[in-house]
Amino acid sequence: MNDYRHSVVLDEEKCTGCTTCVRHCPTEAIRIKDGHAEINTNRCIDCGECIRVCPHKAKKAMCSKLEHYMHYKWKIALPAPSLFGQFAGLDDVDCVLQGLLDIGFDDVYEVAKAAELVSAYTRLYLKTEGIKKPVISSACPVISRLISLRFPYLKDNLMPMLPPMEIAAILAKQKAKQEHPELKDEDIAVFFISPCAAKVSYIRNGYGDYKSNIDVVVSMSEIYFLLIGVMKRDKPPTVTSESGMIGIGWASTGGECAAILNDNYLYADGIQNCNQVLDSIENGNMPAQLEFIELNACISGCVGGIMTIENPFIAKTRLQTVRRYLPVSKNFLQQETNFIPPEYITESLPSYIPISRLSDNMGESMRMMAQIQRLRQELPGIDCGACGCPTCRAFAEDIVKGFIPGIENCVVLAQRKCNEQKKEDGKDDSVATD
Amino acid sequence: MSEFLNFHFEVDGDNFVSAGQASVQMKKNMRQLGLAPEIIRQVSIAMYEGEINMVIHAHGGVADVNVYEDRIEMILADKGPGIKDIDLAMQEGYSTANEQVRALGFGAGMGLPNMKRYTDEMKIETVVGEGTTITMYVNLK
Repeated sequence: MNDYRHSVVLDEEKCTGCTTCVRHCPTEAIRIKDGHAEINTNRCIDCGECIRVCPHKAKKAMCSKLEHYMHYKWKIALPAPSLFGQFAGLDDVDCVLQGLLDIGFDDVYEVAKAAELVSAYTRLYLKTEGIKKPVISSACPVISRLISLRFPYLKDNLMPMLPPMEIAAILAKQKAKQEHPELKDEDIAVFFISPCAAKVSYIRNGYGDYKSNIDVVVSMSEIYFLLIGVMKRDKPPTVTSESGMIGIGWASTGGECAAILNDNYLYADGIQNCNQVLDSIENGNMPAQLEFIELNACISGCVGGIMTIENPFIAKTRLQTVRRYLPVSKNFLQQETNFIPPEYITESLPSYIPISRLSDNMGESMRMMAQIQRLRQELPGIDCGACGCPTCRAFAEDIVKGFIPGIENCVVLAQRKCNEQKKEDGKDDSVATD
Repeated sequence: MSEFLNFHFEVDGDNFVSAGQASVQMKKNMRQLGLAPEIIRQVSIAMYEGEINMVIHAHGGVADVNVYEDRIEMILADKGPGIKDIDLAMQEGYSTANEQVRALGFGAGMGLPNMKRYTDEMKIETVVGEGTTITMYVNLK
């Protein structure tokens, strides 16, 4: 797992070594070392929480710059549906699609269109006998990675289907080759316009053995600024959106569930809330009739991604306007369809990575754990973060793992010792002056 | 007596929302010990059900989890009303939980049966009017 390439990068100059990100990281992957934040890549799930909370803007999501990739002969833009929530006063998605063509793309393929297909296949999948329920959506890559790291028991509950952006990429390439048979594989490039850092990592690293069909990932904020420059034109759009309410609804939490077309679903967002839901599923503490679970790491869903521009709640409201006059769905399966095409299925489920394991040997793990417990009794337990660890417990763990020399690195204990010393010195002084 | 690790939890009797905290904490501990996912699941389900029972029926109690190299021992002790008829209590769907508790989605009568199902051994010591101590074991292969 050491070769997993994350998309969260640190600007060391801007990082002051404050502990905001350390305390907010849901997997306790960050420590302050030598005055700046350091991410443990094995633990990082690319949720982007550290980018979101950094008061110094020292954390960034790494993305490709559009201008470096304009040399491809046939460039296809894949806008995530959350893009449509970024513009004030937008009532027609076509204007955004036209804008994408105007900034230099040769074609546009909506991820929302593929999302409607995924919804249709999900409804089909839920009827399959013998599957493990509740089925958990595999659309949010943070959740898939979280399950692989912490909830291995739930991996069979994951929907075994590729996320909409991948299916959009496959379909977009097929369409390009059909319409332009003269194009060679290397002429075509699919650009995903991403709302979040996690999708960037997913595309770079693939998913298990699966390699992404997307060639370039650009950030939604970069595209946004290019689009507002061209979208003011008064000419009518030459492209027409091919997605309905369901597809665009995927941009915010609950949209995917609504597309299940029955009541037996649950949705949650925010990484801590998702953690709680996963804990409950693992404990079997879920209503029996529950069929489908949608979990999004970002509050409000994809519109809350860190590469978006607009406040997620406003974006969500705007999407309500955009969706109002759309048909429920514009994409359906053929009547006789009774299986998910194998090219849309991902067999390579994430494999369990026991990241928090102290040692490979149980006896050794137990000895280390006992040592952690002893240390915790000595520590102040106020989780101040001054040592660079998120909690006193994490500090104790780091000592036992050998990352921190010893308990003398606890600032609070050192201060206490210092105060006691002063008191004693004071006593000595008073004795001396008497 | 072989070496073991003890984890001690106080289960707060008045708080349904935080019920299950010990189970979540234990899950974290077990992940660090590197236990198999199936074992982690068994122990957390048994713990969770036990905690909920203590909250519903006994106004809380204490939970001690002892991890040995070959097995995990969970001791849940409360000073509640005790169990009048253990055989009846062990039946799936039987519950003495009140309406208020049921309205919250608890009291389905699956607590004790689940605790038995997910552990390798379970002992119930109970005295009506004094309290109940449940000891469960999960073997580590």
